[in-house]
Amino acid sequence: MRVRLALAWFGLMLALPAAAAEYAALPGGTFASVLPADGKAAAAQVAPFRLRTELVTNGEYLAFVRKHPQWRRDKVAGILADARYLTQWAGADELGEQALPRQPVTRVSWFAAQAYCESEGARLPSWYEWEFAAAADASRRDARADPAWRENILGWYSRPSSTALPAVGGAANVYGVRDMNGLVWEWVDDFNALMVASDSRQQGDPDLLKFCGAGAISLQEKENYAVLMRIAMLSALKAADTTNNLGFRCAKSN
Amino acid sequence: MKQLLPVLALLAVLFGGSAAAATPLPGDSVYQLSLQLTDQDGHRQSLASRHGRPQLITMFYTSCQMVCPMIIDSLRLTRNALDPAARAKLDLLAVSFDPVKDDVATLKTYADKRKLDPRIWTLARAEPAQVRQLSGVLGLQYRQLPDGEFNHSSELILLDTDGRIVARTTVIGRLDPAFVKVVGETIVGR
Repeated sequence: MRVRLALAWFGLMLALPAAAAEYAALPGGTFASVLPADGKAAAAQVAPFRLRTELVTNGEYLAFVRKHPQWRRDKVAGILADARYLTQWAGADELGEQALPRQPVTRVSWFAAQAYCESEGARLPSWYEWEFAAAADASRRDARADPAWRENILGWYSRPSSTALPAVGGAANVYGVRDMNGLVWEWVDDFNALMVASDSRQQGDPDLLKFCGAGAISLQEKENYAVLMRIAMLSALKAADTTNNLGFRCAKSN
Repeated sequence: MKQLLPVLALLAVLFGGSAAAATPLPGDSVYQLSLQLTDQDGHRQSLASRHGRPQLITMFYTSCQMVCPMIIDSLRLTRNALDPAARAKLDLLAVSFDPVKDDVATLKTYADKRKLDPRIWTLARAEPAQVRQLSGVLGLQYRQLPDGEFNHSSELILLDTDGRIVARTTVIGRLDPAFVKVVGETIVGR
């Protein structure tokens, strides 16, 4: 009897569309970000939030595209996703051998990532939320001062990007969130807020002329190269850009 | 088949409505973005409703003391540098980075104080997530600071009648002659 019930349950699980994505609760709090909130030294304030424990996969994104055909690669407006959008897939609604269902989806634009998260009743995480979650390791909420932790993350950046992406489902951090470091780059909601002053050099006095407010942002914790690389990469992107190794996960406010 | 026709017609209305309204938008039009604006008089309009006339568009916020007044001045200077026939065909649109403080009344007060003619100028706000989307599609950056001020890029952007970005300038506070030239040429449809 029990076996039969279990079989029935298993059959039901197979018949359902994808299981709902899992979100972990994170406490937030005052956080020493590499990006000071005021551009000088102020700590970041992160409100309690929930974060998707896994990156969005090819399989999940395929289900989204089938339901929202305006996001098919042969239908999407060019201003919302560039020409490389989903080109690793075999077809507009077919993954093929180069894009496995459990690999994180990449070559998605910021607009596309936003639309996906919206379909899950979620949004993209802010940079501070992402950085807060990524500071944890398996046992500590903030492992960033540990040189071994830093080395480990930096190791990822030295791996060649031509090798196939591993599947999602790596080891969970203390919050139960997986693959924050070491798998792909990730979109954040405020990717174009990180280094606002970066392109201000053409003007005589950028603080006065090109920007209201405090002008250039200085980066803290310069020994935390891995996180700084993320910021530099995100800041260089436009919202329609897609890259080989750039994916996303979603977040929800509490 | 006959019974199907009303159904098909209904489907066409439901799904083809926007496409049928005018010429289809090019893929690189910013009007591909579904975005609701509310102007200084409280009127709601979609961004795409500006389809059909060239636009000078910028982003700013009213409580900004330093560069934002100059952004508005630069829009005015650029428009005034055009010949009168071209001027009449151009709309000016400034969208706030700060939807929390810039409600309709604040935009209205600002427009009155700066003597911005509502037939020419639209000062608008959008919901915060949509403000970020607009900045994304226009390639502008902004960041709110803990004191409520914003760091933001200051640019004037020219959209053609279909909402494609034709040109942009970071020259603020004085006229950019090269930009004015492109604006004039775009309006007459060179």
